[in-house]
Amino acid sequence: MKLYCLSGHPTLPCNVLKFKSTTIMLDCGLDMNSTLNFLPLPLVQSPRLSNLPGWSLKDGNAFLDKELKECSGHVFVDSVPEFCLPETELIDLSTVDVILISNYHCMMALPYITEHTGFTGTVYATEPSVQIGRLLMEELVNFIERVPKAQSASLWKNKDIQRLLPSPLKDAVEVSTWRRCYTMQEVNSALSKIQLVGYSQKIELFGAVQVTPLSSGYALGSSNWIIQSHYEKVSYVSGSSLLTTHPQPMDQASLKNSDVLILTGLTQIPTANPDSMVGEFCSNLALTVRNGGNVLVPCYPSGVIYDLLECLYQYIDSAGLSSIPFYFISPVANSSLEFSQIFAEWLCHNKQTKVYLPEPPFPHAELIQTNKLKHYPSIHGDFSNDFRQPCVVFTGHPSLRFGDVVHFMELWGKSSLNTVIFTDVGSDVTVGTVLQRHRRDTWLYSKRPSSQLRRKQGLRDCPWHSLPDIHLEPDFSYLEALAPYQPLAMKCIYCPIDTRLNFIQVSKLLKEVQPLHVVCPEQYTQPPPAQSHRIDLMIDCQPPAMSYRRAEVLALPFKRRYEKIEIMPELADSLVPMEIKPGVSLATVSAVLHTKDNKHILQPPPRPAQPTGGKKRKRASDDIPDCKVLKPLLSGSIPVEQFVQTLEKHGFSDIKVEDTAKGHIVLLQEAETLIQIEEDSTHIICDNDEMLRVRLRDLVLKFLQKF
Amino acid sequence: MDPECSRLLPALCAVLADPRQPVADDTCLEKLLDWFTAVTEAGSSLLLLQENPCLVELLFHVLKSQDLSSRILSFSLRLAGIFAAQEDCFQYLQQGELLPMLFGEVGPLGGAAWTAPAVRSGWIQGLRTLAQHPSALHFLAACGAVDTIFSLQGDPSLFVASAAGQLLVHILDLAMRGPAEGRRSPQACDWPACAQKIVGHIEDSLCSTAIPQVTQALSVLTTAFGHCHGLWTQGLWVRLSPLVARLLEKDPVPASHSLVDLLLSVARSAPSSDRGLWETLAQTLSHLSPTQAGPLALGILKLQDCFIHRLPKDKRDSWSSPAQSRAGFILRTCSAAFCHLPSGLTLWILGHPVPQALRTQAFGILLQPLACVLEAAAQAPGPPGLLEGAAADSMMVDTLLSSKSACVGLLCCALAHLGLLQPLPQRPSPWPQAPLLGAAVTTLRLCSGSAAPTSDVGGRLCAILVGCGRVQRAALDFLGALSQGTGPQELVTQVFSVLLEYLVSPESSSMVLKKAFQATLRWLLSSPKTPGCCDLDPHTQLFLRELLPVLQKRLCSPCWEVRDSGLEFLTQMTRHWGGQAGFRQALLASEVPELTKQLLRDPESYVRASAVTATGQLSSWGLCATPASPECPGAQQESLLVELLHILSTDSEGFPRRAVMQVFTEWLRDGHADVAEDAERFVAGVLQAASRDLDWEVRAQGLELALVFLEQLLGQRSSHCPYAVALPETAPPGVLDQALQVLCRVQLFEFAFRALFDCDRPVAQKSCDLLLFLRAKAAPCGSSQEAGDSPNVASVEATLQRWQAGEQGQPLGYLEPGAVVALLRSIDLEGLRDTLAESSDHVEKSPQSLLQDMLAAVGVLGENEADCY
Repeated sequence: MKLYCLSGHPTLPCNVLKFKSTTIMLDCGLDMNSTLNFLPLPLVQSPRLSNLPGWSLKDGNAFLDKELKECSGHVFVDSVPEFCLPETELIDLSTVDVILISNYHCMMALPYITEHTGFTGTVYATEPSVQIGRLLMEELVNFIERVPKAQSASLWKNKDIQRLLPSPLKDAVEVSTWRRCYTMQEVNSALSKIQLVGYSQKIELFGAVQVTPLSSGYALGSSNWIIQSHYEKVSYVSGSSLLTTHPQPMDQASLKNSDVLILTGLTQIPTANPDSMVGEFCSNLALTVRNGGNVLVPCYPSGVIYDLLECLYQYIDSAGLSSIPFYFISPVANSSLEFSQIFAEWLCHNKQTKVYLPEPPFPHAELIQTNKLKHYPSIHGDFSNDFRQPCVVFTGHPSLRFGDVVHFMELWGKSSLNTVIFTDVGSDVTVGTVLQRHRRDTWLYSKRPSSQLRRKQGLRDCPWHSLPDIHLEPDFSYLEALAPYQPLAMKCIYCPIDTRLNFIQVSKLLKEVQPLHVVCPEQYTQPPPAQSHRIDLMIDCQPPAMSYRRAEVLALPFKRRYEKIEIMPELADSLVPMEIKPGVSLATVSAVLHTKDNKHILQPPPRPAQPTGGKKRKRASDDIPDCKVLKPLLSGSIPVEQFVQTLEKHGFSDIKVEDTAKGHIVLLQEAETLIQIEEDSTHIICDNDEMLRVRLRDLVLKFLQKF
Repeated sequence: MDPECSRLLPALCAVLADPRQPVADDTCLEKLLDWFTAVTEAGSSLLLLQENPCLVELLFHVLKSQDLSSRILSFSLRLAGIFAAQEDCFQYLQQGELLPMLFGEVGPLGGAAWTAPAVRSGWIQGLRTLAQHPSALHFLAACGAVDTIFSLQGDPSLFVASAAGQLLVHILDLAMRGPAEGRRSPQACDWPACAQKIVGHIEDSLCSTAIPQVTQALSVLTTAFGHCHGLWTQGLWVRLSPLVARLLEKDPVPASHSLVDLLLSVARSAPSSDRGLWETLAQTLSHLSPTQAGPLALGILKLQDCFIHRLPKDKRDSWSSPAQSRAGFILRTCSAAFCHLPSGLTLWILGHPVPQALRTQAFGILLQPLACVLEAAAQAPGPPGLLEGAAADSMMVDTLLSSKSACVGLLCCALAHLGLLQPLPQRPSPWPQAPLLGAAVTTLRLCSGSAAPTSDVGGRLCAILVGCGRVQRAALDFLGALSQGTGPQELVTQVFSVLLEYLVSPESSSMVLKKAFQATLRWLLSSPKTPGCCDLDPHTQLFLRELLPVLQKRLCSPCWEVRDSGLEFLTQMTRHWGGQAGFRQALLASEVPELTKQLLRDPESYVRASAVTATGQLSSWGLCATPASPECPGAQQESLLVELLHILSTDSEGFPRRAVMQVFTEWLRDGHADVAEDAERFVAGVLQAASRDLDWEVRAQGLELALVFLEQLLGQRSSHCPYAVALPETAPPGVLDQALQVLCRVQLFEFAFRALFDCDRPVAQKSCDLLLFLRAKAAPCGSSQEAGDSPNVASVEATLQRWQAGEQGQPLGYLEPGAVVALLRSIDLEGLRDTLAESSDHVEKSPQSLLQDMLAAVGVLGENEADCY
């Protein structure tokens, strides 16, 4: 059993499991960190962005100034953003039989896999995952396609040129594999390969294994998967949550007794409690709006936004914010708000019961009815007529590189009255941990990428941490997102709301389900680099978890020892078991093994049984049983001391016993004979004295049972 | 007993003895017992029984009846105990064999009723009351009650078990206190049989292997040493201490909590010259686990304090006589000092002869968990631990790391114990203020995850403590307590930094945040003033600049508790620093005043109340937000006064309205600019609103405001001190007339007279006081008007009478000052005050009404029968 790790990102997994005769891809997340190297795509012509100076080499050579632009000492690629795909070279992806999707965030690379690798298999996912995943893809394609970029930068990717670039471009890895966004056509084609499944539905794969999705409690339709054969069970846990806000609660019981548990998608902010962060979000929102400022919330069109709206629904009246308009702007805003209300069977119990009342499960319906929440496909059209300030705007994309959010960053960035609040850590930002750092008069909750990543992106050299407007640590991804907007007067607040399992919950989960082995990304097996003393921020289990990183192949640490074989009833009838010790019976079987579709059946041999029938032994590669072999089968063990005594009684003297690694050697020195006794065999070695051998053999047999 | 009660008693006894009559609730029976206790204390029980044979009949009847409720049976046992407390009555009841039947084996003891805990409890309490004289001791011995009490010590009902233990102590004390007490030798051989038996039982229990038995024995001894002050207790300790010491040899020490209680009780009961006790205490400290030893260590360190308060008053004179054994001992061994108490009394403060080594050992135990924390979190080997002997030992480390609950429990106890010790005069000296500060800060950092210990133990501690609210709360409390001392500037900076970290962190729960606010306030207020400058010191200024944005955010929190504690903090800070230029500047530059004002409309009433207090305080210092709101720049910003008046008259909850009244009273007292502008109109408006309020506290506060107003017009009230020599200060006639005019105009009298007949007693009392004060000011002055001269006095009096009768609908109308003075003279205010001073149920509290109530409840009274139509 092997695991091919195509992504090193713990919350954007893409692994391939080879199990029995099947090849199963587990998720295909898309790492969007690469887009942070590109300039934002403004919806409305931005003089600031279009007037950014081109970048030239130290020697004044300006041949790259069309491709690279400089903003506040940071260099960006002026081109359509590109994405970093999962590894495609590690394994031939056309051999993948099925792809299992755990949630809509973890399927964003699907079109790249299904459309460009020769993939011919099936994708399994729940309906909400597919529908909301489609919305996310649609939004992404829309964001990128509606701002066509005439030029395409490729010169900078040349290895010799890349070496000359400043960080982080210089250290960006595998830039040659970065790809442009897929098209809607590819999305549709990819989604057509998906087969919908429901929780606890058992899906047979070629008769060899069975896969079952289980509720993971993280998002609408999010699932963990059980992959099992008759004697082996692998659990794949990805993006799970015990803090059930709206989806169905996590099914933990079914994960019990796994041989291997693959654990991904834990919270990216293990030190931030989602409840406190929601409180923080509300406080900052109220503070800004009361001072007459606007609040911008970069977010995905589904997921945390439902919880935020629900929380605001309860909060706005008490905070005296009822008159403040809330705008939700996304090409898929309408569908997202409506979809959430109709996926009744995927909702938690509380919300499910509301479906049967004249009350929608989510309160955002009421916010829309009372005109407190308005949604628009984009800033163009109706929105510009209705727009009034101060207001709160929810819009994408959280990377701040494309989508309507770019417009609001440009619009509001210059005033310190306004605030941008980052809540959606989603899955496409860098993994790290939260640090509390006191910087001048601002407190920030920050994420620190791994040291490797910092090196990669050259964050130490990042110059804008010294800017007076904003007091930031230089190395957080949300700050990277803000980089092309510097200098920025707007306040920035980071309240990441990540409801996925934290390490305390994981350790409880592991204690409860007790898997034999745990496999997880390497980030989870050690404390975060910046907080090496926080041993509570790592997976603690026995035996220690096996870790993987991108482009690694892992041999999973268990051997298959059994295979299930059915016995035909008539064959079973003919068996005569003999009890060799209490509770253990044996019978010899002669039969034909019939294997088809990974199912094995023992059938009666084609010829009628001989009179001595029943006690036969089957020989490999022999279809017709050999009925002449009637040697009895032996069982039991030979106690050496008693055996020696017996030998002495029978006149052997000068007996020496030697202990060996596997058993004993009894040496009859006079007779120049050797009796080798091991756990599963006994050899009598004597020099051409058949009489002696037979005598000794009979003595040995006295100690064994025959049947 | 008055004749009316005597008349009702037979009927009541009949009701009680009748199982078919449901007796009123237990409270009635309790009241009845209280009454009988009072009656027997005032006179002879024997006479009572002879005059009211129905009582003895009741007791006999109870014995015979099979189906009486357990409540009546329990009541009867306690009643018999009350009667038998007097020796002659005891003999009388003995003659009738009543007592053995009630308390002996033939009584309820052997019957089915015994299964009811109430009966067992009644039996014990009856005996407890009865056991007051030597005859009772013989009776107890004869009827074998002591053995029953032994068995009741393990009763499943905790009340019964505890009462049984106390009864044993009472019997022991009675037996030992006999006429021979002075001569009683500490050696137990000549102790009375009854005492021997009890002590023997305690000895057996102490040697028992069953932990409940040991616990029972220890708690009996704890009660004995806590409540009995005879010399015999010393003898008892001499006899039992070896057995107690033997408990320490067991591992684990059995019943350690009870053992700690006992040792502390012994140590408090007598300053023993016996070195054995101190040795036992030292031994116990070292044998108990760190968690168990904490309370003992604290007890030992507090011993001195306990002892001062326990010195009996009547012995004070004898202290000078060295011949008196105990007091002499004290004087010889202890340092003495005078302490002047505010009341003028002088008390001796005596040092307790607790050996210094023991105190050091005890302090070491309290410090150890913190020493452990400090050591574990130290980046480099720093200065030696908190104290010599308090270095973290491996056992402590093991306990701390054994489990989360053990670690949290131990740390919380250590922090709480040290916090209790900190303000005491007898706290160990030198007090390790700096290391303790360091430990508190480190603990808080470990809890927030911001500490980065390098050691293995530190890492594991951090993993256990991170996010632990209980430890955070305890550490913040302790940190607050430490603000009373000083520390090196570097540490104080760390304190403020960790406090800020907690105030900022979104992970701080509302309770933790409240504690953080409290600790911050204590530290801010204790921060030193810059010499030669009346303003805040630069560190505080800097801190304030960081604090205010945080406060701003907290005032917008979705959690009302957070908003509330933020406002409370702001109020306190403003109260103390409202005049400091640095504070004013920082506050006015922030949005805090504006946000505070917005919170006057908070949906949560507690928050509104706090916002009222906070804005009131801000406004007093001229710090309230005044600029027009940005949403509607054209709108006239209504004054705070109007807004608060609006809250007073419209808010649906009581808390904000009470807060408004308090603010108004304070404003009037301090001469707030808005109020001083037109105080008369202000008072009139407020009183009008307050008089309509349904909340009595608002009305009472209205009277307080009225009083302040009166004092401003007529001069201060005289001192309340009864010993102060002062002539009644009356106002000069011109001033008085003017003042009365004003008071009439603001309709203060209507308000006060209404309040005088308020259905809530505190309001009426306050009004009475106010009118008495006014009369004292006005009455000696020869006013031209006499009572009855004014035509409307009579009609006003008539109105007042109607008000008194509960018809308050009719208004008083405008009152002339003359009529007011006349009224004040004509109303019997002193009489009213005396009536009000009695408890509200004084009319209904008479025994007669109790008996009537009980009879009425079962429908025996004649008039009730007539009501059946």
